[in-house]
Amino acid sequence: MSKNNIVSHLKQKKISEVLSTGKRMDGRGFGDFRELTIKSNVLFKSEGSAEVWLGKSHVMVGVKVGTGTPFEDTPNEGVLMTNAEFTPIANAAWEPGPPNEASIELARVVDRGLRSANVLTTESLCIIPGKFVQIVFVDLYVLNYDGNLIDACSAGAVAALMVAKRPTFNVIEKEAKPTGEKVPLIVCKKPVAVSVIKIGDSLILDPTADEEDVMDARLTVTFDEDDHICTMQKSGSVGLTVDEIKKCINMAQEKAPQIRAKALGD
Amino acid sequence: MLNMSANFQDREIVIPGDVVYEGKIRTGENTYRDQDHVYATRLGLVNYSPDNVYVVALSAGYTPLVGDVVIGQVVDIDLGEWKIDIGAQDLAVMGIPDAVDRPFRTEFNMTRVLNIGDTMIAKIVDIDRRRTVILSILGQGLGWVNEGFLMHITPSKIPRLIGKKGSMINMIIRETGCRVAIGQNGRILISGPNREREEMVVKTVTKIEQEAHTSGLTNRTQEYLRQLKERSR
Amino acid sequence: MSKKPTTKKTAARKPAARSKKPKVDSWKRADGRSFDELRPLKIESGVLPNADGSAYIEMGRNKILCGVFGPREMHPKHNAKPNEAVLRCRYHMAPFSVDPRRSPAPSRRDQEISMVMRSALEPAVFLDRYPRASIDVYIEVLEADGGTRCASINAASVALVDAGIPMKDLVAACAVGKIDDKIIVDLGDYEDKKGQSDMPVAYMPKLGKVTLLQMDGIMTAEENERALNLAIDGCKKVYEVQREALKKKYGIDQPQDKPPKEFPPEEPTEEPPVEEGHQ
Repeated sequence: MSKNNIVSHLKQKKISEVLSTGKRMDGRGFGDFRELTIKSNVLFKSEGSAEVWLGKSHVMVGVKVGTGTPFEDTPNEGVLMTNAEFTPIANAAWEPGPPNEASIELARVVDRGLRSANVLTTESLCIIPGKFVQIVFVDLYVLNYDGNLIDACSAGAVAALMVAKRPTFNVIEKEAKPTGEKVPLIVCKKPVAVSVIKIGDSLILDPTADEEDVMDARLTVTFDEDDHICTMQKSGSVGLTVDEIKKCINMAQEKAPQIRAKALGD
Repeated sequence: MLNMSANFQDREIVIPGDVVYEGKIRTGENTYRDQDHVYATRLGLVNYSPDNVYVVALSAGYTPLVGDVVIGQVVDIDLGEWKIDIGAQDLAVMGIPDAVDRPFRTEFNMTRVLNIGDTMIAKIVDIDRRRTVILSILGQGLGWVNEGFLMHITPSKIPRLIGKKGSMINMIIRETGCRVAIGQNGRILISGPNREREEMVVKTVTKIEQEAHTSGLTNRTQEYLRQLKERSR
Repeated sequence: MSKKPTTKKTAARKPAARSKKPKVDSWKRADGRSFDELRPLKIESGVLPNADGSAYIEMGRNKILCGVFGPREMHPKHNAKPNEAVLRCRYHMAPFSVDPRRSPAPSRRDQEISMVMRSALEPAVFLDRYPRASIDVYIEVLEADGGTRCASINAASVALVDAGIPMKDLVAACAVGKIDDKIIVDLGDYEDKKGQSDMPVAYMPKLGKVTLLQMDGIMTAEENERALNLAIDGCKKVYEVQREALKKKYGIDQPQDKPPKEFPPEEPTEEPPVEEGHQ
């Protein structure tokens, strides 16, 4: 556990040694995910919600639908906003405070996945063009950190949106009145992110916190159900060869359907 | 044994605030006295003996004691001292004389002995007035660690893992063929001939940690290890 | 955490019957509870792998997590106290915990609750055992439904014990209030908002001391006394649930059947100190 933010040489050495024999510390294969459990509709005050356990990583995703004015350049569209919170209970080294780099990256990668895939038809969220639209907030709340938050949050976001409902409005004489009823959000696509990390010459999926501590680089690839890539994000201080990138994309493409199935409750 | 003024049975579980004894008695670990009442201060098992009451904590952080062997990680080097994280409240320190057994120059390059990020086994040689723990790696079995990996368990379970005169840990070492070093601070270093054997140690230690408060554990652990070895054939 | 909590429902009295001199025990609240009935309460300890101590509580429809870290080095160092630990509490609500969604940034109410939590818990902790250290108590409210500060204190007590921090007693909390001129215990969200008075109380059950007392609304001195007694009763009920939560983690409900002196082996290794309990 990264209790003090100093990377342990012993850990680095051991993980590399074990990887070079084709194994991982917890016995998984390079392409294996830990146990993934997703339960949706767990919070009654949210319009949609999902709770995700990926190994010991634990995330709560809440979807709230509010109202507001549209952006100037998209007057006929509702708004999607994604936010991530690295709560201090999730990791001893995490201090409370404004979002840090990692949590902002997480929120933006999940957000871009939802946006590029056109998950929500934001036109359907428009109540009075130019004046009154619905805003869908997706809040990614990290409750325990043990690696691979991006994949966990992305799957959780899809699961939560799939069960989310939004209030409906009647527009009478240019005024919007809530009808008191709710309809499901129209979710057009189900993009899921799969992150591949590189340690030495090994490419592995679903890293634990220990593996992330010693990783050289990470490539996250988000696929929709039609096998289109909607988002990519590389992080880490070591470069990737074109060949490695191809391998990562293949690994992610193979895995995405399994993750999606969990998000859809199969 | 039941005592008239003991409010619980021997080995019963108590929580902070429970009145474990009323009357005159010596107060031991994890208890405190307020006038006529002796209270538990931690969650644990209360123990009564003829002249003493104490509570064995089921969960407690590490409290450094002089003489303890601990496993720590170097997090800083500053002004001739290594600063080491041993999982206690404050960082421990180690000066060059406690790490190097021969005369050295003032420009001594400390990173040649231990660098930030290194793991070490050390002994607590002193706790100064400010409660700073002073470590030394001079001695057999102490020093820089370069093989294996660490496991963490609750420090209060370490005595159980060691066993009477080392019986439990020696049994594990014998049965698995792994090298195991135990820090009183709850950290355990494991290095074995292969991952399978190492995992046996991990599983066994986990089981001991979970069942430390129960009886008959040594026999169950031996049986458990035997089963693990059977499965691996 | 993912199970939907159930609230008890019993047939509510018609309003007409109430206006005719009702007996106190026949009157039911909006959710069917009697005046001294707590909402369903569930507490689990040791739920967060990365925290030193933790607890999860469902009190009515509140869902709250607490993580405790420490004692550990205080940062920034100049805020440390030379002769005792600093207990830091942070009460924080998830944006989706309330309707409408709230910003994740801490509000003034969050800061006030953080502060009263600290005052409610401090008397129970042996802070002088850890000079210059900090003990951090983090609350995350996942769903709020009235009485979150009391629920948070209940979770925090259990989390502190789970972390192995030496304590003088547990702290149990519940709120009392007044609605329709009746003194009631454990206000739900509706009663919080529509009631005539709201009084959260925290109490150390074995030491018999009140560590949190706040009140809003209108009450006579007599009502106030009744309310306080009702609160303490409620706190004692909560305390039993806290105790069970702590013991449950070790699967122990009964005392050991005279186990051989195998446990603890050679523990303690030296003679226990003669003076006030060491640690």
